[in-house]
Amino acid sequence: MSTVAEPKAAPTNRRGLSVKDYGGLKSTLCVGCGHDVITRQIIQAFYDMGVEPHRVAKMSGIGCSSKTTAYFVDRGHGFNAVHGRMPSVATGAALANPNLLYIGVSGDGDTASIGAGQFVHLLRRNVPMIYIVENNGVYGLTKGQFSATADIGSRLKTGVVNDLPAMDLCALAIELGCGYVARSFSGDMKQLLALIKGAIAHRGTAMLDVISPCVTFNNHEDSTKSYKWAKDHEIAIQEIGFVPFFEEIKVDYDPGTTQDVALHDGSHIRLRKLRADYDATDKMAALGLLHEGQTKKEFLTGLIYVEPEKKDFLSLLHLPEQPLAIIADEKVRPPRESLARMMAELE
Amino acid sequence: MSTAILEEKTARPGPEGPAVVNDFSIHVATANGSGSMSSNNILMRSIFQMGIPVSGKNLFPSNIQGLPTWFTIRASREGFIARRRDIAVLICMNPETAHEDVRTVHPGAAVIYEESLKLDSLRSDLHFYPVPFQKLVLELVNDGKLRRLVVNMIYVGVAGWLLGIDMAEIERAVAKQFQGKAKAVEINLSAIRGGWEWAEKSLTKTDPFRLERMNETAGKIIVDGNAAAAIGCVMAGVTVVTWYPITPSSSLAESFTDYCRRFRMDPETGHPTFAIVQAEDELAAIGMVLGAGWAGARAMTTTSGPGISLMSEFTGLGYYAEIPAVVFDVQRVGPSTGLPTRTMQGDILSTYNLSHGDARHILLIPASVKECYEMAIEAFDLSERFQTPIFVMMDLDLGMNNWMSDPFPYPEKPFDRGKVLRSAEELEEHAKRFEGFGRYKDVDGDGIPWRTLPGSIDHPLAAYFTRGSGHTERATYSERPDDYKNNMDRLARKFENARTRVPAPVLSNGSGSPVGLIAYGSSDFAVEEARVILEKRGIETDYLRLRALPFTPDAAAFVAGHDRVYVVDQNRDGQMYELLCVEVLGDSPKLRSLRHYDGFPLDAESVVEGVEAGERS
Repeated sequence: MSTVAEPKAAPTNRRGLSVKDYGGLKSTLCVGCGHDVITRQIIQAFYDMGVEPHRVAKMSGIGCSSKTTAYFVDRGHGFNAVHGRMPSVATGAALANPNLLYIGVSGDGDTASIGAGQFVHLLRRNVPMIYIVENNGVYGLTKGQFSATADIGSRLKTGVVNDLPAMDLCALAIELGCGYVARSFSGDMKQLLALIKGAIAHRGTAMLDVISPCVTFNNHEDSTKSYKWAKDHEIAIQEIGFVPFFEEIKVDYDPGTTQDVALHDGSHIRLRKLRADYDATDKMAALGLLHEGQTKKEFLTGLIYVEPEKKDFLSLLHLPEQPLAIIADEKVRPPRESLARMMAELE
Repeated sequence: MSTAILEEKTARPGPEGPAVVNDFSIHVATANGSGSMSSNNILMRSIFQMGIPVSGKNLFPSNIQGLPTWFTIRASREGFIARRRDIAVLICMNPETAHEDVRTVHPGAAVIYEESLKLDSLRSDLHFYPVPFQKLVLELVNDGKLRRLVVNMIYVGVAGWLLGIDMAEIERAVAKQFQGKAKAVEINLSAIRGGWEWAEKSLTKTDPFRLERMNETAGKIIVDGNAAAAIGCVMAGVTVVTWYPITPSSSLAESFTDYCRRFRMDPETGHPTFAIVQAEDELAAIGMVLGAGWAGARAMTTTSGPGISLMSEFTGLGYYAEIPAVVFDVQRVGPSTGLPTRTMQGDILSTYNLSHGDARHILLIPASVKECYEMAIEAFDLSERFQTPIFVMMDLDLGMNNWMSDPFPYPEKPFDRGKVLRSAEELEEHAKRFEGFGRYKDVDGDGIPWRTLPGSIDHPLAAYFTRGSGHTERATYSERPDDYKNNMDRLARKFENARTRVPAPVLSNGSGSPVGLIAYGSSDFAVEEARVILEKRGIETDYLRLRALPFTPDAAAFVAGHDRVYVVDQNRDGQMYELLCVEVLGDSPKLRSLRHYDGFPLDAESVVEGVEAGERS
């Protein structure tokens, strides 16, 4: 007789859930796609933070990036909307139910080209959600056309050269008042994970512009969105540490070399400065850094700008505690006297 | 000066012919932005308060200041409130249009005008009343800045004296118009009295038009259709409103906002029980509505034709993804640089089919302010029941003009929130009965599936992924022809079911006449009046007033029961007529339809099979 060894229990987070509980369907993207790396970091971040999976609402538009919301947290509802217009759907859902954790995944075409209008107004309103742009400078699903984030002078596999300047989504976001603006690279998993956790802890729109190479259409020598180019040119402006609100802060930091930012939910993000005196809470410094990077053709990553106290859109509306999505019918149908008063005024 | 003196009936010279009492139109020509709206409302309301059925219509330009505007007030002792073509009393306040206004007026009309315009030389068949408005306003109003606005009150006084409006009713109307703002009431009333006294002293009445007290408006209200629909939304428990300004629908959202601030604040917490967002455009407005509807809220937007066009893609998604949403389309002439402030039933066909791909939508078509209110409430029940966008098709005439109505009844029917699984227990129970939860599975045989709301249930079966048409019954991604086709057929079944749930037409049958009339929406006022006129002239008619699309079986029965059926449309192309041809009259045995719609290219065999099947039967 032999005994069967107990299978080793998978590690669990503070809610007793395993990483698998944050998983989704198998990806159908190309092998080696940067987007799949980002998906894995999203799963890890949600697991590490102990987010309740059923309270996650996954929003997306159209494109390769927008398909990825099916690949994580399948215990949360997902909404694959129309091209470039996910922000409005997310805004409406947030009005109806502010208690969910909204994560939007978009691409550079979906955000900067067709979606520029709604992206701008999402940021202006500061709707509480995580908004990740999986930025490869190219349309994948329609087989390799330039998007509005393609760098000037970059060349497609077909030989077509882009003559127009790239839109800098981070600079745009800062200009529009976004309170959490980061740029990262799907090849820099550690940094990306910390930035996503910070985004979960932030209240307001958290915009992450993540360079995520397209292995099929834009990973060649002349591309500025290829793995090689990004690896060779990435300059991290900080080394990012993250202490979640449910963990005790053990390590002190030196304010001379490290910036500590307390986020909305009580978590802390620790930015060890790799650029002398860079202050991520200084809007002008952030814009200056981005413009300088553009001029020098540097690929700067990190938490570019953070303003944790900024009021989000929903708090401006003084919504009731019970979400409008599930508020009791009797709370929203006025009594007979009210209608009688309305009628009397019209007599 | 006191009202007592004014109320003494001074001997007013009577007209030469028989008096025309309580049955004529007053037409006020002004320039927009001149503040004439208050004066016109006061005139209309005074007549209404005298118990005389009345309606008011504003014909205005797409402009803020300086272009011609006309306001028509119709008094009708028989209660007809449609527009009337002939004008009995013309008030000329706009020098730009005065000549044209006088030239086109009906013979025998009374014309009140600014003396210096010398209009009396234009025609000899009218009753002219020159009034020195500019001179009077200098005497009556001290504040120079107010003169341009208050000058319009003088014609209220002149017309009041001329037509026999009760001064006490004018005073009440002024108080109502200025909501008890004492200073405004005083300034305006003194201008009205000034006009009245001047007229009494200086004019001799020669025209036959008179207003006399009746008792036909007691207990009635006056309201525009947009405000009526807004009240409906307030009572329907709408919680999320996202909209983009566009004439003639903006005042619906604005009225909703006003009413909500007063009647939809939670008395216990002081919090609003609503969220209103002015979106950046119509695309965002409908996107937010769909997001909110998906999350479980009762959400709506208001728009007009150009907005409807922009909402096309999202509406298609709403139809395929099966999300409740309500859109109020206050129709007008298009496009944006056309006649945006004129009325039209212009969006019937385009809205019925609004989408890419195969789609049909439920349209509710109110014909009165009371129906604007009732159908607003009904729209939310239907949209949640059928999990689909619903359109309430109003128009500028109904939405922006003032209409007399009975007060709106309190809605006795509780909300129909549709098929929503709201708890883990309900979900478990459902899953046991139907082998799991399939978001797009037709478990009840009516084409309508069950849904869960995001974040509401912590259960492995609760969540689903929302996307367009390419999905299985369990909402997983699929491009299989049979999955697509099954889904499309279920959606069609669901729509067929709606036929028996939408508001049925109103039928006036039984005249035995071979002539039938079909109309809808704001055409109803004119059609009802026309039927009376036709009957007097020896043509009896039956009448079917459509109140919704899809057609209920009544439409086919009505057409079958008459030899000649006239379909009244307020558009060039006879949009409802065309739909009737396609869906009702076109059902001829000669025509047969071969349909192929599984997502693959058409093959010859499908055509052969279809023809053979048809020839065999």
